Amino acid sequence: MNFWDYLGNRHQQLLTDAYQHASAVFQCMVVATVIGVLIGVITYRSEWAGSLATTATSTLLTIPSLAMIGLLIPVVGLGVAPTVIALTLYGLLPIVRNAIVGLRGVDPSLVDAAKGIGMSRAARLVKVELPIAWPPILTGIRVSTQMLMGIAAIAAYASGPGLGNEIFRGIGSLGSKNALNQVLAGTLGIIVLALLFDAAYILIGRLTISRGIRV
Amino acid sequence: MSETTATSTDGATAEGAAAPHETTGATIELENLTKRYAGSGDPAVDSVNMEIKAGEIVILVGPSGCGKSTTLKMINRLIEPTSGRIRIGGEDVTDMDPVKLRRKIGYAIQSSGLFPHMTVAQNIALVPKMIGWGKAKTKSRVEEMLDLVGLDPGEFHGRYPRQLSGGQQQRVGVARALAADPPVLLMDEPFGAVDPITRDHLQDELIRLQHELHKTIVFVTHDFDEAIKLGDRIAVLRERSHIAQFDTPEAILTNPADDFVSGFVGAGAALKRLNLTRVRDVEIADFATVTVDDPLQDIFDKLRSSGTNELLLLDKRRRPYKWLRRGDLMRAEGSLARAGTLVHDTVTRDATLRDALEAVLTDNAGRVAVTGRRGEFTGVVDMQTLLNSVHEMLEADRLDAVEHQHELQEQRALLTHHEQEGNGGAAKA
Repeated sequence: MNFWDYLGNRHQQLLTDAYQHASAVFQCMVVATVIGVLIGVITYRSEWAGSLATTATSTLLTIPSLAMIGLLIPVVGLGVAPTVIALTLYGLLPIVRNAIVGLRGVDPSLVDAAKGIGMSRAARLVKVELPIAWPPILTGIRVSTQMLMGIAAIAAYASGPGLGNEIFRGIGSLGSKNALNQVLAGTLGIIVLALLFDAAYILIGRLTISRGIRV
Repeated sequence: MSETTATSTDGATAEGAAAPHETTGATIELENLTKRYAGSGDPAVDSVNMEIKAGEIVILVGPSGCGKSTTLKMINRLIEPTSGRIRIGGEDVTDMDPVKLRRKIGYAIQSSGLFPHMTVAQNIALVPKMIGWGKAKTKSRVEEMLDLVGLDPGEFHGRYPRQLSGGQQQRVGVARALAADPPVLLMDEPFGAVDPITRDHLQDELIRLQHELHKTIVFVTHDFDEAIKLGDRIAVLRERSHIAQFDTPEAILTNPADDFVSGFVGAGAALKRLNLTRVRDVEIADFATVTVDDPLQDIFDKLRSSGTNELLLLDKRRRPYKWLRRGDLMRAEGSLARAGTLVHDTVTRDATLRDALEAVLTDNAGRVAVTGRRGEFTGVVDMQTLLNSVHEMLEADRLDAVEHQHELQEQRALLTHHEQEGNGGAAKA
């Protein structure tokens, strides 16, 4: 059976896996974005808190993904839970780091002006600082998503959802006639998803970054 | 000092009557205002006392690091004072919610401070929206403000700050500061980052705006020439915001309080004084004129009868055209077409004496024609007139200053007297 036949035969299964893969990454990204931006907002004004947040999240990233999921299984069990937790934690670093850099990069004279015309702390953050820091934050989100696409494949190890199942099945049955096809289908599927997400981010950038600061 | 104040107040009342809906400025009083940063011995601003009248432009000027910006920022409490009181329009605002306070005070800064992700209209609408104006009212106010600062609303409304030149950005910055019609406007070196020509335009605009609006403006700059041009009164500050002199530009130029002030005024105080007087304030001499339509014989007759060596030839619309000397006429041979020297420079009655002096100095006969609104000839100013006027002016300034000094001393004596009595009373209570 060649690769195309394989795709034709298994497209139902592949599409389900791809959908679950995308859905898991997307949901984890939403959670990671909310948490990451929050961490950034809380820590950017203090030198040490900012460094602490960046260091902590980058330490998380150095844990091998297989190990992280392996460590989570005894705590939260198999399936969706360890996948979501691991992906969210991995997704944090680029977002936190870019949020801090972006917020710190807002011209102090603009913050001064915002204060000077009578904006409250919250209004300054929502109306001035976050919109101006949004392009780097969005870049962080994009990088994060690319990363999670790959890492999400490991989730299958913990019986998680996604295209990783395809790859693990292939690796598990090396030597059988469909092994290579399975690995290939899973990997290519992930690449295609990653490209689609990236296109979506370009569109989101177009829609959400003010024309006044678009590069 | 008293004279300037009187005129400005008169102006305010007159125009206020013409446009009664316009808000006029509020008084600002600073009382023993001090800022001490933790960990440094000397305060950054040490006990500033200042009374700013409603509707006047006060310039805080001083060398870098003298605390002039800090003083300004304490007025809208961007920097919280360590001690002292701030009163605006008689109301003590030292302990008021700073966010509410700042919405009542316009604030314009260097490099405009416009938010780059918002359009010009959104930037200007910020404060009106925050204080709860309706959509329609805000919108019409935005158009009105753009118009006021000389930008076409239709064209600039939807632009982003980066699509504007530095001068235009600065105008929008001022429009934003004035959008909610605050009685007080604080300006922190607002024209510091634009080129000299644009800066000059913006200064003229500000003077024009102030003529319409009568806000109380506190303006920080390190440029003394800017201070002279804009200020009703100037506070020259030395380190820690100590007031070296607080007076009208005229008084500071002619009678600097001490070496620090005269050092800051810089060389050429008398020349700078020329900027404060207009051609219409000095004596404009009459001059024998003829027009191009006059027959040549009349011109000869006039020259003979006037007893001078020179005539000014005017064109059909009575604008200065050529200087005609006796010798030129002799060589004219029946036609004026090639006789005489073209008038290459004139000044209007609104020009400063400095402009007039410039023109007189470059003219080879040492005089300049003064023209009216439509360029028509109204008279001549020459070197001698200028010299006399400047002497009179400086003399008058000196007398004013001496008188003022006396007044101040008397006031101070009275104050000390009161204080001693007041303190006595307080101690008893």
